[in-house]
Amino acid sequence: MNVEDPVRFVDERLGATSGLRKLMRYVFPDHWSFMLGEIALYAFIVLIGTGIFLAFYYSPSDAETVYRGSYAPLQGLGMTEAYRSTVHLSLDVPGGLLLRQTHHWAANIFIASILFHMVRILFTGAFRKPRELNYLVGVTMLMLAVLEGFAGYSLPDDLLSGMGLVIAYAVALSIPFVGPSLAVLIWDGEYPGGSDFWDRLFTLHILILPLVIATLIGLHLAMIMRQHHTQFPGKRRTEKQLEGTPMWPAYALRSTGLLFLVVGVLFLLGGLIQINPIWEWGPFEVYRSTNGAQPDWYLGWLIGGLREMPPLEIHFGSYTVVPNPFWGGAAFPLVAFGILYVFPLIDRRFFSRKGKSHNLLDRPRDNPRRSAFIVAFLSWVAIPFVAGAVDRVFFRLTIPYTAEVWFFRILSLVGPFIVYAIARRIFEDLRRRDPHPLRGWNGRIVRRTPTGGFETLGATDGRATTTVAEHPEETVAE
Amino acid sequence: MSDPKRGGFRDWLLASVVVRLLRRVPAPKEEGRHVPLRPGEPPPTVERELPATAGSERLTLAALGLTVLGAAGFMVFYVAFPDTQLLGLCLGLAFVFAAVACIVAGKKLVPQEKVLEEYHEFGDPERQLEVAEMVRRGGDGISRRKMLLGAAGAAGGTVGVAATFPLASLGPRVDDILHETPWKSGRRVVDAEGKPLTADDVKEEEFRTGFPEGASQHELGSPIILVRLPLDEIEVPPDRKAKMPEGIIGFSKICTHAGCAISMYRYPTFSDTQPAPALVCPCHYSTFDVRRGGEVIFGPAGRSLPILPLRLNDARELVADGDFFGNVGPSWSGVRQEGGKT
Repeated sequence: MNVEDPVRFVDERLGATSGLRKLMRYVFPDHWSFMLGEIALYAFIVLIGTGIFLAFYYSPSDAETVYRGSYAPLQGLGMTEAYRSTVHLSLDVPGGLLLRQTHHWAANIFIASILFHMVRILFTGAFRKPRELNYLVGVTMLMLAVLEGFAGYSLPDDLLSGMGLVIAYAVALSIPFVGPSLAVLIWDGEYPGGSDFWDRLFTLHILILPLVIATLIGLHLAMIMRQHHTQFPGKRRTEKQLEGTPMWPAYALRSTGLLFLVVGVLFLLGGLIQINPIWEWGPFEVYRSTNGAQPDWYLGWLIGGLREMPPLEIHFGSYTVVPNPFWGGAAFPLVAFGILYVFPLIDRRFFSRKGKSHNLLDRPRDNPRRSAFIVAFLSWVAIPFVAGAVDRVFFRLTIPYTAEVWFFRILSLVGPFIVYAIARRIFEDLRRRDPHPLRGWNGRIVRRTPTGGFETLGATDGRATTTVAEHPEETVAE
Repeated sequence: MSDPKRGGFRDWLLASVVVRLLRRVPAPKEEGRHVPLRPGEPPPTVERELPATAGSERLTLAALGLTVLGAAGFMVFYVAFPDTQLLGLCLGLAFVFAAVACIVAGKKLVPQEKVLEEYHEFGDPERQLEVAEMVRRGGDGISRRKMLLGAAGAAGGTVGVAATFPLASLGPRVDDILHETPWKSGRRVVDAEGKPLTADDVKEEEFRTGFPEGASQHELGSPIILVRLPLDEIEVPPDRKAKMPEGIIGFSKICTHAGCAISMYRYPTFSDTQPAPALVCPCHYSTFDVRRGGEVIFGPAGRSLPILPLRLNDARELVADGDFFGNVGPSWSGVRQEGGKT
């Protein structure tokens, strides 16, 4: 095969060989958990591709129109152009439903993989110096991805999206002092808003947010390449050097394989598993709502927060300063993301040594208090997530709804503390069970004698006892 | 409910996933060994093996062949029979087989290498001092630096605050928008098709949705939910009760919590043990007591459901007797609690 000619062609025009040489030998450490971020990246590519197709058909307009498409149950019904165009692209454009459902599945998986990626980063301490800035970029992307997902499923103007939007409108109204002006400004008037609102939502969804996310992805990757990946410690894998598979040829092929796998699975989901059949929900009207409505999974924690909240408001005389939706819909996510943003600071203050650079990862058990804190934090978000679906439990098991809500209200307050205690104990037990990769084994093996006593078999019993003298500061004292 | 066997399998699956997650992280036993890297040279290869066999080549070829088949199938079905399931299956499988080909090639065909790379150590104290000095020298020859900086901060802050004032000036207009409803005295109550609703259309144990005649049905101030109770069960002051002809109460249909339409009417089938009639919002389950003028009895809502005063005309049609008592729609920051508008 003639490889020299294309290489010469590129090099003589762009002088790219030194960069290419570096890129092709760029080292990726091998571990399955390092793939989670890649899945998010590839889901984003699918979102862009399918989204372009959808944008060719969708019309962001609240103009009144009458349905004359092929779906009989909606025949002759009045609706907005936004809803009509979405039903049209779903049911009357060949392949349209496949791409719309693939787009929706990709959004769900995009956000899920970002979340799992972030949890991996938190548990292993990959956010520590020198990678704090990249971590902050990642948290920002998670936040924007949730917003982007919400904007996306609001666009069809079906019953579910309308119910989601009116809740968002109420949360905006509830922001102290500036809320009403802000909401009317965004919605171009009182809900359901003027026609400018649909242009704004559409521009936000297909231009502004994707552009910002794409820019942040670029920044994220550039920072990783500058600092290199973290890695789990091991033979030849130290704080000063990393070991892994080079980009060319093995890693490029594997990663392309992962790309195709993500695309393939998303198309299979989009083709075979129905998601959000908007023609069944019908068009939104302010006077319509439905029972058992659930948002996409990544907003479940917010609907749960809104539902769990007791009717607490801040009043001044007979005026309401802070209406109730503020707590569950605005304060809760702000605090949650606030904790994520300052987590590197929390870690430096409570769980890690200060000011030290870390290229080697912790296993979750290596730092039981940090890991337990993360589990407790996640449970604090997960409890409302479950609470957001208790009406389904009510219908299935007929456990009274009010009793369930009271249970979750109390659980939200005490649950994370219980979870912290249990998780810390589990991580500490796990840590005792096997040798630390750097600190080695520090347990004792005992054997029960026939008379009921115990005898010590020695400190090692064949287990490795080596410690790495080079990095004693890595061992976090408990 | 799932049968216990299936539940057992699920538990087992969950447990094995948890165990795997906890175990997968390697706990190597050998001491870290630093291999010196030569500066400017490509990173050294410490392991290299050539895994290609006839078997792995055949597997890759087969996967690529199936990819071609899947993609071709997609094109055929697109033209001949564009069924969502078939299209998704073909395209999805094409990509999955392409993935198999790539992953097999990446793991079993091309050379498997382990390469070392040095981590960069960032942070050069000398350079940091240099840059800090460069920044500082930008202020050479200026004597009152702190004062000037403070003044600049004050100027910037003032401009920033000033820039937000146009937002605040929207204030009164915003409130007007939020207070407005299309209801006024004398307006008939109609259904979604525009047909006037009479007192006989509203029956106990059921609810009807009403709209102001000749006005938009698309605004939050427009829809009302009509219910009927025996007059002696209604516990509101007499002047309010006078606006509930024959016990027909017209509530705003929009929840005061987050603005969803209230579409559930919890009516006791056995009133001795079951809770009192209540309107429930399906979004966050705010529950409003129908007998006590829409008071909140459960859920997150912070205000009672506003009531539209009603009367009957000679044709027994329902007619509005004024605008709502209280503000319609989700609470906004600054909304008046009870009793009339701001």
